[in-house]
Amino acid sequence: MPGPGEDPSVLVAGGGNAALCAAISAARGGARVTVLERAPKFYRGGNTRHTRNMRVAHTAGNGILTGPYPVAEFLDDLMRVTKGVTDELLARMTLERSAELWDFLWAQGVRFQPSLGGTLSLGRTNAFFLGGGRSMLNALYRTAEDLGVVIHYDTQLVDIVLDGDRFVSGTAESGGVRREIQADALVVASGGFEANIDWLTQAWGPAAQNFLIRGTPYNRGEALRLLLDKGIAAVGEPNQCHAVAIDGRAPKFDGGIVTRLDCVPFGVVLNAGGQRFYDEGEDFWPKRYAIWGRLVAAQPGQIGHVIIDEKAIRLFMPSVFPPVVAESIPELAAKIGLDPATTTETIAAFNAACVPGSFDHTVHDDCRTEGLTPSKSHWARPIDTPPFYAYSLRPGITFTYLGVKVDETARMIRADGRRCANLFAAGEIMAGNILGQGYLAGIGMTIGGVFGRIAGEGAAHVQA
Amino acid sequence: MSKLEALTSAQAEVVRQMTVCNACRYCEGLCAVFPAMELRRAFDGGDADYLANLCHNCGACYYDCQYAPPHEFAINVPVAMAALRDETYARNVWPAAFAGAFARHGLWVTFAAALSVAVFVAGFVAANDPGALFAPVGGEGGFYRMMPHWAMAGLFGAAFVYAIAAIGIGVRRFWRGTDAQAVGWAEIWQACRDAASLKYLDGGGMGCMNAGERPETDRRRLFHHATFYGFALCFAATGLATVFHEFGAQAPYPLWHPVVVLGALGGVGLVVGPLGLLAERAKRDAAIATHTGMGAAFLWMLCLSGLSGMLLLALRDTAAMGLLLALHLGLVFALFLSFPYGKFVHGFYRFAALARYAHERRTRKVEAVD
Ligand SMILES: Cc1cc2nc3c(=O)[nH]c(=O)nc-3n(C[C@H](O)[C@H](O)[C@H](O)COP(=O)(O)OP(=O)(O)OC[C@H]3O[C@@H](n4cnc5c(N)ncnc54)[C@H](O)[C@@H]3O)c2cc1C
Ligand code: SF4
Ligand code: SF4
Repeated sequence: MPGPGEDPSVLVAGGGNAALCAAISAARGGARVTVLERAPKFYRGGNTRHTRNMRVAHTAGNGILTGPYPVAEFLDDLMRVTKGVTDELLARMTLERSAELWDFLWAQGVRFQPSLGGTLSLGRTNAFFLGGGRSMLNALYRTAEDLGVVIHYDTQLVDIVLDGDRFVSGTAESGGVRREIQADALVVASGGFEANIDWLTQAWGPAAQNFLIRGTPYNRGEALRLLLDKGIAAVGEPNQCHAVAIDGRAPKFDGGIVTRLDCVPFGVVLNAGGQRFYDEGEDFWPKRYAIWGRLVAAQPGQIGHVIIDEKAIRLFMPSVFPPVVAESIPELAAKIGLDPATTTETIAAFNAACVPGSFDHTVHDDCRTEGLTPSKSHWARPIDTPPFYAYSLRPGITFTYLGVKVDETARMIRADGRRCANLFAAGEIMAGNILGQGYLAGIGMTIGGVFGRIAGEGAAHVQA
Repeated sequence: MSKLEALTSAQAEVVRQMTVCNACRYCEGLCAVFPAMELRRAFDGGDADYLANLCHNCGACYYDCQYAPPHEFAINVPVAMAALRDETYARNVWPAAFAGAFARHGLWVTFAAALSVAVFVAGFVAANDPGALFAPVGGEGGFYRMMPHWAMAGLFGAAFVYAIAAIGIGVRRFWRGTDAQAVGWAEIWQACRDAASLKYLDGGGMGCMNAGERPETDRRRLFHHATFYGFALCFAATGLATVFHEFGAQAPYPLWHPVVVLGALGGVGLVVGPLGLLAERAKRDAAIATHTGMGAAFLWMLCLSGLSGMLLLALRDTAAMGLLLALHLGLVFALFLSFPYGKFVHGFYRFAALARYAHERRTRKVEAVD
């Protein structure tokens, strides 16, 4: 908890990529910076802790990035995934300035590695952090500390005082003690509200109780709520979140990347009633895992069961939890709590509908079903070779889309259209300005890096 | 060990952690362990033994891990690997009755060293008259008036051959237990280069971590180099001295003599290196400290051997020579005998693991798909 007389010139709420990029940039701009991080030290850095890469535009490969990724192509990709739900001006600026992020992060001590085994398709477009997001964060924290940034862990921003379009002071709370902190500017980089089950329940109904939260338990969105209540304009749909299908045995919070399951395209997915409900082979998994979160969320009990056979067990990234194994389908069904008779029937119907083709998991092959609803359009092979394996699937929430509106200087915009003088936002809390819907791997970190820097530089130079 | 045999608890812990890591892979660029891990979907005891010995204990992956304790996955790869490494040494040791020597290495070594020094002193006294131990006996052949060259060469040669044979048997057991296949010369050469440069002790380029999350650049690597190359130089000096002796030039040699130059340089390395490594150990973050005393005992033995050798060089023309020679020879003799039962073996296990890694990289493919 900041002591009296410790009032900084720039106050930062949050401790992830966006917050630290802001804090470092503000400190380099000459500001005295204090960071309030809600989480304890080990859990510092929110969902940044779980990331592995950042999507950056670049004109040429560099030995680690395997080739050029021009801004124009990046913009095309963004337009495609958001279906145009973006602020095109802000988006273009973000992507242009993403080209500076590699050098910026390098200068803060962050190092990179080639794309990880199993993620080769991102090797050209995404800069992977050596040692992952926590290593990247550690470097940012070291640099911030060296620059004199004061960091308070277990300390939350709980209130702010605004005077019209000006930020006046913020209230920090730690261990039940509150203190008001004056500062010339505030940067809010506190992430989304994905760990706030009550809020998710408002948007999704009772099904949200069964959602798993892939990242930090500390992103509960109180600061976002606060800003919206104080009259800051909202962007993004309140009831949208990025929900992927993950291993149903994952912990409720913070399971991170290891709980992903990539086997869906190679098998069938049954609901609790033993029935298929969607085309498992519609497209490659990286293009489909995000819709499966919603699909599973819509099923009874928010659960799905992937069933594959011996032919498929080596075709995907190893899973963190072992699959359930059985020598026959009825035995497998019994083990995972499905009705053996129905399950056997569903599998038999699926097997009978598979037309012969030449299986190739690297392309959209011609192995598909005929006369089956829902159909499976690729990689459909009879599930007939024991042992049989089952994994359970549950919706895993990555992030939420609702945020605050900002302009190109990262200043927040009020609901009445006026721009705040010294109130900035960066990262997931404003990502909805650019990513109105959909997702492009690595762009969350891009937005945080670009807007963190802009917010920090701007905050260091506001007129007190 | 056959694949069906039950895992030891240290192996089971490595297997558990590697299963999490293999689904994560964020540390892929840090060292050889993670790429080797990715060549497998599941791990048996032999895989665990191999990966543990491939780990250089640089500490980086602990600080980089989002699943480190207090996270419920409780991933701490350096600690799990270190525990299993020590276990592999004990499990494969020859003769098997000495397995306990690793756990109580400090005690064992101190005892052996004291006994060995005492025996040398007693031997010198018995072979010569008691006064000879304290009489200045400089000049050519001075050392061998205390102990004949044939006796010295024979005794130390035998101790060394024993040590190498015992280690060889242990490493061979380890190698077979990991199901490793024959490796080629190119792969051995690759392993030599990786071992000689300590390629994987740098956290993938960011630096080795020891006292905390701040990378320490190259300190542990430099001290380890001083120790290893210091040892190698001393060894070379001894070998060269034997050659000179065969051609009639007797120790002690003049200061400009190659034997003395090599020995002095090596001695400096053997004093500075282990002291530096001991200081680094003292600073190690408790979260990744795995000190069993075995490493410290080994470092002290190396350091004292080097120091006694340097003292002998400095005071060889004084009355202290006899006693110092007994001390030095006693320490070195105990050091040799302790080789197969302490930290010294790590170099051989690590080398075997590196050779296997070089082989795998050439012959195996990552199974997982994109
Ligand atoms: C498993 C997983 C993997 C991901 N992988 C990637 C990836 O590879 N690439 C990518 O681009 N994106 C990835 N993402 C998304 C990415 O994590 C986010 O886009 C990014 O972390 C957002 O950065 P941020 O700084 O805005 O928020 P965060 O990193 O989440 O940081 C928010 C911070 O605010 C703190 N906080 C919250 N409330 C308060 C408060 N009231 N007061 C003070 N502090 C508060 C939190 O403790 C936390 O430190 C992944 C997400 C998950 C869950
Ligand atoms: S040590 Fe942690 S971050 Fe590194 S690969 Fe293993 S689980 Fe992932
Ligand atoms: S060498 Fe370093 S990074 Fe690799 S496993 Fe060992 S401690 Fe981890």
